[in-house]
Amino acid sequence: MSTATETHEDTHEHGMSDSGYIKIAVILAAITALEVSTYYIDFGPFFLPSLLIMMVVKFVMVVSYFMHLKFDNKIFSFMFYVGLGLALAVYITALATFKFFM
Amino acid sequence: MAETATHAVDHASGHGHSSSGLSNNKLAMWLFLGSECLLFGGLISTYMLYRGRVSDGPHPEQIYDIPFTSVSSFVLLMSSLTMVLAVSAAQKKDDARTNLWLLVTAVLGATFLGGQIYEFTAFYREGLGFSTSLFSSSFYTLTGFHGVHVTVGVIMLLSTIGIIKKNKATGDKAESVELVGLYWHFVDVVWIVIFTLVYLIPA
Amino acid sequence: MAIIERPETATPAVVTPSQAFGAVKRPVESTGWKSWLFTVDHKKIGIMYGVVAMFFFIVGGVEALLIRLQLAAPDGRILSADQYNQMFTMHGTTMVFLFAMPMAGAFANYFLPLQIGARDVAFPRLNALSLWLLVVGGLILNASWFLGGAADGGWFMYAPNSGPVFSPSNGVDYWVLGLQVAGLASLIGSINLIVTILNLRAPGMTLMKMPVFTWMMLVVQFLLVFSLPVITVALVLLMFQRSYGATFFDVSQGADPLLWQHLFWIFGHPEVYVLVLPAFGIISEVLPTFSRKPLFGYPFVVFSGAAIGLVGFGVWAHHMFASGMGPVSVAVFSIATMAIAIPTGVKVFNWLLTMWGGKIWYTTAMKFAIGLVVLFTFGGLSGVTHSVAPSDTQQTDTYYIVAHFHYVLFGGMVFGLFAGFYYWWPKVFGKMLNEKLGSWNFWLMMIGMNMTFGPMHILGLQGQPRRMYVWTEARAGEGFFNLGFWNLISSIGSFILAVGVLFFLINVFHTARKGKQAPLDPWDARTLEWITTSPPKPHNFDRIPVVHHLDEFFHRKYEEDPATHTMRPVQTGDQIVKAEEDAADEHIHLPSPSYWPLLLSVGIGVLCMGVIYGVPIMVVGAALVLFSTFGWVLEPSTADDSEIDPPSVDGSTKEIAPLG
Repeated sequence: MSTATETHEDTHEHGMSDSGYIKIAVILAAITALEVSTYYIDFGPFFLPSLLIMMVVKFVMVVSYFMHLKFDNKIFSFMFYVGLGLALAVYITALATFKFFM
Repeated sequence: MAETATHAVDHASGHGHSSSGLSNNKLAMWLFLGSECLLFGGLISTYMLYRGRVSDGPHPEQIYDIPFTSVSSFVLLMSSLTMVLAVSAAQKKDDARTNLWLLVTAVLGATFLGGQIYEFTAFYREGLGFSTSLFSSSFYTLTGFHGVHVTVGVIMLLSTIGIIKKNKATGDKAESVELVGLYWHFVDVVWIVIFTLVYLIPA
Repeated sequence: MAIIERPETATPAVVTPSQAFGAVKRPVESTGWKSWLFTVDHKKIGIMYGVVAMFFFIVGGVEALLIRLQLAAPDGRILSADQYNQMFTMHGTTMVFLFAMPMAGAFANYFLPLQIGARDVAFPRLNALSLWLLVVGGLILNASWFLGGAADGGWFMYAPNSGPVFSPSNGVDYWVLGLQVAGLASLIGSINLIVTILNLRAPGMTLMKMPVFTWMMLVVQFLLVFSLPVITVALVLLMFQRSYGATFFDVSQGADPLLWQHLFWIFGHPEVYVLVLPAFGIISEVLPTFSRKPLFGYPFVVFSGAAIGLVGFGVWAHHMFASGMGPVSVAVFSIATMAIAIPTGVKVFNWLLTMWGGKIWYTTAMKFAIGLVVLFTFGGLSGVTHSVAPSDTQQTDTYYIVAHFHYVLFGGMVFGLFAGFYYWWPKVFGKMLNEKLGSWNFWLMMIGMNMTFGPMHILGLQGQPRRMYVWTEARAGEGFFNLGFWNLISSIGSFILAVGVLFFLINVFHTARKGKQAPLDPWDARTLEWITTSPPKPHNFDRIPVVHHLDEFFHRKYEEDPATHTMRPVQTGDQIVKAEEDAADEHIHLPSPSYWPLLLSVGIGVLCMGVIYGVPIMVVGAALVLFSTFGWVLEPSTADDSEIDPPSVDGSTKEIAPLG
């Protein structure tokens, strides 16, 4: 039991400091500004890939740092990412059968 | 053997002393969020399939107000920062700061909701009713579902403030705030996806 | 259930209720109907799940009999075309959502905590909420019979037939709402059970020492967590279309009705495994026990179950081969479907090899289990013929499909559940079901089932479409393949089947009135749920068992003789239970009963009615939901020590499962 309690408390200490959170938020805000800039500036062929990459980066940052998945037990990551992975797999397949990507 | 038995009782009493060493509530919340991925995935896919199908009424690129939505997206994104600061304060057992940050988060969330109500009204005035086209139905359903999630989140935030103030918490206070936080951040990441796929990438 | 169980006190402890939400006090009754309505005890909830499911099994069965009566002769007049549509729609819906899933839920609720050595589930009040939401969902679904006609679009309710133009009655609205509520119940239940399995296992019980039934239920709950949201999306879209004028499946607006089919079957195919895996789990307990051998290849059974779960998410479109998805999609899903036959086949061989060389004891439970292996293999083989897309396009929407899925679901699932009834009845009620009546029960069901569904293969290959409410003599064909002959056989079979089920009910009443007291370990069983009294005490175990082996109970009873390498008995089950009682834990707190789960589910039911009957009702429902949620949050799950009368003397009270 004692070991269980220790690991439980450890996970909290592995979180970030408040200034760390603010740094993450600044990066997120910067990426958002970049995203919005695609509306005003022509990115040419990089438009779609750059938007998708920025979306994924923001998503992963919030999930890993603000939601602590990076520091927490792997079971939590497993549960969330299995759901996310299944969602991507089944819905992309379903959209593909509608010839959505062609 | 008697010692082992006592150990067993402590072990079975949940809350940090469970077989996996993890909290029941947090496990349940993450499972729920994993499940929600498939819910929003379905709604987003429906929108993606139907966004170009406009038999009547305005098209998406004619109606979206990107600067306005960018601002409200930014507001929601920053509410994630204030939420995580609330969680951090709760873990340091600082009730006053916890409540302050929770309140700021709730206000930012309410601002986002106000923006959404304004956006819906404006769209409706421009001729985009719920039944106008496949695009309108799937747009309102997706963003409306997200809006309902934000609303529930705001209610949860305000209730948490009330419970902490009146000292009525039935469980671990820091964990309750953390759970509300997980839900709130999830709602935020869903909006990150919606903002890009729905608003920024044209049909 | 006593609210606070103190093993050493003879009189039940009295509780002074706390005022949780300012006005409402905790329920305190430990006997009578109130103790059932407000209970959070997983065993009582499990029994209620079973009763509800059995009720709907009978309702669904009567619907099936009416269908068979209508089709027994040419130009049937029992039902009108419209009534017939409602009948088969509700038969399918009821059997899947209101019988099969809840009955599996009954077994899961009752036996999961017992099999892993826990005193309750992780969230006892959420458990009660799941039950009452299921009841509300079932009521909403079936209320439609009396309020303008039931849903009539088939259990998978294809668009655009389900839209307001083609289904103008409120039947589909009730169907949509009822399924959303029942789905919510399953979602909450599945999260609860996963957390229970992961967190409340007895010390020493690693994942690979869990009983197979627990393992299969774990897989099932994961399938539910990740598939239910998908049908929720489909149901929400349909609800918005029917009630609020959305256009999702309106072809005139350019909609793709196949969207519904995708969403439904992304849920619907994992759902098939949700139905059948619990039965696999049950017979994986029954077969070893009555073969008096350990399960052959335990890790293979476990991992093939998990593999079925994973691959089950990748085969949904084989329900749509005839919908014109295009050759690439069809080929991909055809191959994936053939692949899923492999882990399923692995299981069949595991069961066969478990029985191989065993000293088989032909109890009723064992007969049902063997019946499952045989019938499921039939159904599985006809399933493989569907994975071949060209063959499937011939069979789609014929009785051949009906034959296939009834072999899989009735043979593969219902037989497993009945095996479970006979195996675990003495555990739950402390009395043995009558074996002689059980034998009648089994053989009538076996004969009836094959007579009903066997001929449907022939009918289907001859081209009889499913869902036609009449067939005519003029087009029935000649000789051996005459539709009339086989339809009649099938209808007679369905009544034999019904008599078989009736024998079970007779057996239940007979056992309740004069069944003989069950010994503690009637079957020489192998798993943890037998290391306690029958029926178990409210706190399940006097002492939480410490686990050292897979099949812990068996290994406490038998030890290997090092000289001969045979297992010899060292102590009896009764001695083990006695030893546990003697070393009972002191002061066990159990979670306390609560009004909120019942109240919350009523609120959700009212909210749903508001979708049909207007906003004011919705407001009332929402208010009730909000009120009961706050009551719930503010009420501690376990009554405080100060609320117990007499209060704890030495202060050594331990809290059990204080969450939820």
